Amino acid sequence: MTPHMLTRSLDRGAAIFLAIVAACGILIPLSNLLLPAGSFLQVPTYLVALWGKYVCYAILALSIDLIWGYCGILSLGHGAFFALGGYAMGMYLMRQIGTRGVYGNPILPDFMVFLNWQKLPWYWHGFDMFWFAALMVLFVPGLLAFCFGWLAFRSRVTGVYLSIITQAMTYALLLAFFRNDFGFGGNNGLTDFKDILGFNVQAEGTRAALFALSCLALIFSFLICRSVVSSKLGKVLIAIRDAESRSRFLGYRVESYKLFVFTLSACMAGVAGALYVPQVGIINPSEFAPGNSIEAVIWVAVGGRGTLVGAALGAIVVNYAKTFFTSGVLAPYWLFMLGALFILVTLLLPKGIVGTFNAWREASRERRPAAASAAAEDGVTEPKMAE
Amino acid sequence: MPTKSIHDIAASFSRRGVLAASAGLMLGLASISGAKAADDTIKVGVLHSLSGTMAISETTLKDTILFLIDEQNKKGGVLGKKLEAVVVDPASNWPLFAEKARELITKDKVSVVFGCWTSVSRKSVLPVFKELNNILFYPVQYEGEESERNVFYTGAAPNQQAIPAVDYLMKEEKVKRWVLAGTDYVYPRTTNKILEAYLKSKGVAQEDIMINYTPFGHSDWQTIVADIKKFGSAGKKTAVVSTINGDANVPFYKELGNQGIKAKDIPVVAFSVGEEELAGIDTKPLVGHLAAWNYFESIKTPANEKFIKDWQAFTKNPKRTTNDPMEAHVIGFNMWIKAVEKVKSTDPDKVIDALPGIEAPNLTGGVSKMLPNHHITKPVFIGEIKGNGQFDVVWKTPGLVAGDAWSKELDGSKDLIGDWVGKKCGNFNTKTNKCLGSGS
Amino acid sequence: MPTNLSARLCTLVLSLVLIAFALPAFAGPFEDAVAKFANDDYSDTEEAIGAVASSGNKLAFPIINALQDGRLMADPDSKKVYVTGTDGKSIDAATGEAVASVPDSASAVRLNNRLRRSVDAALGSLTLQSPDLGARLQAAQSVFKSHEETALDPVESALAKETNRSAKTALGEARAAILLFKSDATEVQKLEAVATIKARGDQEALALLSDIGTDQPASVAKAATSAIGSIQNSLAVWSTVQNAWYGLSLGSVLLLAAIGLAITFGVMGVINMAHGEMVMIGAYTTFVVQEVIRTRYPALFDYSLLIAVPLAFLVAGAIGVLIERSIIRFLYGRPLETLLATWGLSLVLQQAVRTMFGPTNREVGNPSWMSGAFDLGQITITYNRLWILVFTLAVFMILLAMLRYTALGLEMRAVTQNRRMAASMGIATSRVDALTFGLGSGIAGIAGVALSQIDNVSPNLGQSYIIDSFMVVVFGGVGNLWGTLVGAFTLGISNKFLEPVAGAVLGKIAILVLIILFIQKRPRGLFALKGRAVEA
Repeated sequence: MTPHMLTRSLDRGAAIFLAIVAACGILIPLSNLLLPAGSFLQVPTYLVALWGKYVCYAILALSIDLIWGYCGILSLGHGAFFALGGYAMGMYLMRQIGTRGVYGNPILPDFMVFLNWQKLPWYWHGFDMFWFAALMVLFVPGLLAFCFGWLAFRSRVTGVYLSIITQAMTYALLLAFFRNDFGFGGNNGLTDFKDILGFNVQAEGTRAALFALSCLALIFSFLICRSVVSSKLGKVLIAIRDAESRSRFLGYRVESYKLFVFTLSACMAGVAGALYVPQVGIINPSEFAPGNSIEAVIWVAVGGRGTLVGAALGAIVVNYAKTFFTSGVLAPYWLFMLGALFILVTLLLPKGIVGTFNAWREASRERRPAAASAAAEDGVTEPKMAE
Repeated sequence: MPTKSIHDIAASFSRRGVLAASAGLMLGLASISGAKAADDTIKVGVLHSLSGTMAISETTLKDTILFLIDEQNKKGGVLGKKLEAVVVDPASNWPLFAEKARELITKDKVSVVFGCWTSVSRKSVLPVFKELNNILFYPVQYEGEESERNVFYTGAAPNQQAIPAVDYLMKEEKVKRWVLAGTDYVYPRTTNKILEAYLKSKGVAQEDIMINYTPFGHSDWQTIVADIKKFGSAGKKTAVVSTINGDANVPFYKELGNQGIKAKDIPVVAFSVGEEELAGIDTKPLVGHLAAWNYFESIKTPANEKFIKDWQAFTKNPKRTTNDPMEAHVIGFNMWIKAVEKVKSTDPDKVIDALPGIEAPNLTGGVSKMLPNHHITKPVFIGEIKGNGQFDVVWKTPGLVAGDAWSKELDGSKDLIGDWVGKKCGNFNTKTNKCLGSGS
Repeated sequence: MPTNLSARLCTLVLSLVLIAFALPAFAGPFEDAVAKFANDDYSDTEEAIGAVASSGNKLAFPIINALQDGRLMADPDSKKVYVTGTDGKSIDAATGEAVASVPDSASAVRLNNRLRRSVDAALGSLTLQSPDLGARLQAAQSVFKSHEETALDPVESALAKETNRSAKTALGEARAAILLFKSDATEVQKLEAVATIKARGDQEALALLSDIGTDQPASVAKAATSAIGSIQNSLAVWSTVQNAWYGLSLGSVLLLAAIGLAITFGVMGVINMAHGEMVMIGAYTTFVVQEVIRTRYPALFDYSLLIAVPLAFLVAGAIGVLIERSIIRFLYGRPLETLLATWGLSLVLQQAVRTMFGPTNREVGNPSWMSGAFDLGQITITYNRLWILVFTLAVFMILLAMLRYTALGLEMRAVTQNRRMAASMGIATSRVDALTFGLGSGIAGIAGVALSQIDNVSPNLGQSYIIDSFMVVVFGGVGNLWGTLVGAFTLGISNKFLEPVAGAVLGKIAILVLIILFIQKRPRGLFALKGRAVEA
């Protein structure tokens, strides 16, 4: 098989994916708003909120796939960037409450009033403006990722060491955000939002719009990731993933490439978090829990590492299963299933759903050994672990 | 690791393909949603974590509601219909609480929800209950500073637990010096703020108050216990007021016991340690340490003895303990039944309006009443830990204490009241005569 | 206690000591006092304690002693009070006559903390001359704390008879405490008392001296202030020692939790996220062992941990071998996949334990030799922490010796250093892998036995240690047991010195940040392996 055909086939997969996301992004909100409640085709509001959440997770999964699938950086702390983006948005939403808080204080959020804070901490200033908050959604996770990556990649912390210190990072942030003195509402986090850009967060129209916006963000993130991985930069990233030392000896500034893609990925995670918060209605430190980040990695593994589409798909599939299995008689067994999924996927489906599907399609279409080995050498469809 | 050749993949394809297909099938089936029960039952939502870190406390509450529904159905249900529990597992995950609450109300169409333990889970579901206008009964002692139309708080507010406990120590034990030790989150922070203000109003000097916070699940208490010992050796009678949460309590008490801090020297009064928590500790070294609750299993009243007997029969476990949040659910459940019977409807609006003023007997011999601020009246007991893991009640309030939604000790809330009957407002400022915030 | 009791109390003690035979019981007042125990009212009980203790009746000591142990039974209906002996026989408390059985309506007289202090004070003066040295020391200590003037005469007479040096010191301190607070003691006596208490130099001495009030002569007040200052200075030095000890102790816990990981991760390169669950399984094994002992062989309770250690090693080790054979061996060379699979495994194991044993904490008791504490200078060392430190070091040494001197150890090292070469030499590498993983898991199980003594035994036990354990191994340097040792103690000690300054939460955050920064400086930890293995 020629590389040309391969690209084309992948593009078709990507196109189908984008078409589905776009269709959902348009049809689901329309059906929710225009059709009468209770009619067969109407999507109930609770499903809109639920699927909006999945779409945000899909963006997070994409951001992880970008660095893990294409650059071999396994971050076990990506939930931290997601949560930071979420907190930036949450702070904006808190400031929007204004005098409608339970104490009617025009400036201070409720949790500061009842703990007798007298004035707003400096880092809360500016968040009453949407543009500033939106900027912070990108800037705060980006800056943290940049600093962290700058230190880690330059000193060549790789592989499991990197995974473990990213985990330490998110754990440290978890502890920090738990502290009430830190000024982010402690364990309860930020909640009881009223409106966003003047629209009521609870209103059906706002929910539908947020859903459409999340789909749009997913499409954009996907396109950005695609353009990164299919550019020359992407080839270098794959080279780094497969043989970091060799790439370095060939003269590539490995740390700069890694730093770029890590920061980009963190910003994407931040956007996902920012869209997640108004739809879920709360942001609190548990989003920093190391377990959450690890779970996000498993979405990518389930869907197919290094396939982008698979990452998004994995996030949606696993979360749907979670929603389904945590109700009813199966409720106490959800953790068994999640755990078994982790084990079975890594053992039996190392390429994930999409990766396996791609491999199967290639194999069935091209039975000739020559073509098969060409496909096997291609890094995009055949992710190989950096060791 | 060498890249696998395509031959291997082709060879193993069939197996994997089958797996992928069956996974897909499983999820496809999953999308056909369940819970299509008949209309002749009234559905009751149960929103307690059955897995994850909070399962330790919340599983019992799920069983309690199942038990209560079973008992009620034996009596013929309510309004001629049987009750049906809809159990979901929010898995100790706060956003999942909101999602599950939404599912219970919109998909399962429950008439009422009993659930939540932590404040953050309540905060997380609050917007959902407001938006979809349903009822939540919240059974755990909490920091107060809340009175919502859709929530009924059957656990203790700080004035029903913390302040009577401190009063007891001041009067009976002549405590002059205070250690306020807590886990670093909202409930201990708020409670300690309230207690600090209260102690100062009673003339306790700043240097006689030591405040200490620890992370969740803190397990190395050596330094803090030594600090407490040191603080307690300043020549004045010292006590520890503990708002330490859940898992951290066992190592804390073990360290206290081992470092030889006896209750008669430095008593510890805890607000989060009940019969269930003590089940994990050898309590002999802890005899005499205190806990403040609105219910103890050891309280001897006919109602309580019957409840314990029926509960143990229901769970088929003769050793199953009972605790304070369970009693809160019992009271809340009975209040809800009475309100439903009063308005002959399960419509949330009608039930919400009917609930204030409803009375239901508690298990300790009194009759609790739902107040206009959606909190209830409760007696306060101080119990000493006994060698068998139970509590011995050493003091109780003369009557029932009305729960304050807003603490009188905090600057921000001292003028606020919650009144859903007259003022139709959860945060009414009595100085400015205005309903603050969203309720206006 | 009213002052007019002093003479009576003195009489009582003398009578108890000097007159071995029984005095006839006081007729009215004593019986009335005893009957008050049946009122179930704390103030009545307090009056009864005072009256009985000062009655001079030979039953006073058994009654008060029984009260302390919860063996004093009162029948609220008949107002009769009974003393149940430790041998199960009962007597009527008012008359001393044996009774066949205590009526069912009787229940133990209840105490609260205030009453417990009264009981202590009463028993303190009653047991100052007990033949048992421990009881005498305790009595002296409780007199020191309560420093009631009424106890002065008993203390002095006991002091005159005392031969044991430490008991003499304790009695002297008790006497000093009483004199210091006695309003009519002379200035000289009080100054001497201050000096005696200063020599004691601990926190209780400090408490006593800070509490003397303002009505003291100027010289005494001045001496007390200077004594307080010098005690505080010496305590400050001791507190540094204490922090170091706490650090060692925390370090030993970290080491114990991390040492199994140092083998699976460090030696084999397998990231086992289910390591914490192996610890948990060890703890639950301890629970099961204790449960069996409690129900079947209560006499063996003190040996329960000794039985649990090998069992936990076997159980966790067997599960480890099973995991290696069924999951890990398919994932060698793919450390990140191993991480995910074992994380999934940890979820399954946690939920399995939750299903089997219930979600609540399980009680694991401390055997008597692991309970309590002793004082070393001015610091308190608890036995459980001390034993855990000793145990950890023993495990470490055994492991080290095993790796160095046994055939399996040799094979393990060979496989670690060069798998292919080892295989070529005829070492069954897959067998060695399974055994190594089993060894690491087994040691985690042993750690669970120790941790069950200081922490919750709940399904979440393992999770709280997993991140810390990884930090220790990574900080110390992968593949180096000594690195793990140094890493664990460094982290433990620095944590404990940070905690008083920054608080527990900030201290922990600071440690995490420091580790992250340290890894940047030395990406392979404190003691990095050198050579080709590094790039593998």
